[in-house]
Amino acid sequence: MISLTNYLVVSGILFCIGLYVVLVKRNAIQILIGIEMMLNAAILNLVAFGKYDKVNNGGQMFALFAIILAAATTAVALAIILNVYRRYKTIDPDKVDQLKD
Amino acid sequence: MNAANILFYIMSFIVLASALYVAASKHLVRSVFMFFVTLFALAGLYVLSLADFVAVTQIVVYVGGILVLILFAFMLSGRETLDVLQTENRSIWKINNLPAMLIVGLFFIILINVILQTNADHLGWITDSIKLKNNITNSGEMTANIGVNLMTRYLLPFEIVSILLMMALVGAAHLSRKEQQA
Repeated sequence: MISLTNYLVVSGILFCIGLYVVLVKRNAIQILIGIEMMLNAAILNLVAFGKYDKVNNGGQMFALFAIILAAATTAVALAIILNVYRRYKTIDPDKVDQLKD
Repeated sequence: MNAANILFYIMSFIVLASALYVAASKHLVRSVFMFFVTLFALAGLYVLSLADFVAVTQIVVYVGGILVLILFAFMLSGRETLDVLQTENRSIWKINNLPAMLIVGLFFIILINVILQTNADHLGWITDSIKLKNNITNSGEMTANIGVNLMTRYLLPFEIVSILLMMALVGAAHLSRKEQQA
């Protein structure tokens, strides 16, 4: 029996690492990885609390939905990153500072 | 201190260590591959929390789908980004990273405070669920229950998510196609 506080602490640390990656990295793909880490921290919480809902399965179900949404987000974000690369020849978000013409 | 606890500590150590490596590494490819390790260990944590179907979905969708997509995007975006990223010499302890560290540290302190004050193991509905034997134990088949729930109670969110996933994938394919004329 693993206490819920352990899960919460692990996911809190993981969320903070993801936040750090989002804030510090100069590369859109690494920022995307940071966002995925934060999403995973949230999913870990959903799953940990979902253990106490056997009949309705709320936690695990919404963990599944969150995984699917993360997949959709990543696909669109990577398409956008590829377009940005094609136009600016860089994927550093600091250097992408122009609107269209 | 039983086996599950020891496994939990090992898994969470792997998760946090590989996530820290992703945050600290200057080598982009290595950090992407380290993220694989993070996701696998997270799947292990899901198994320890008795959510095996979510763990399998995590491995199939994240490791099989998202990371392959990330690697693709990364290889399609050319050599020069790689070279720029590898030659720039950035230590973690630079002054530029100080604001980010401050924000993350303060946020972490707030999170830990909230977690410790919540006392999650003695929340009302959790003690109720243990009393009513509504918690998942390691016997019995949960995957069948997930399937039934998905088609009855959670049918509307399921359909909405499927439509949204289709829209997102069509949109991604549209965004990333080559422009005919320019």
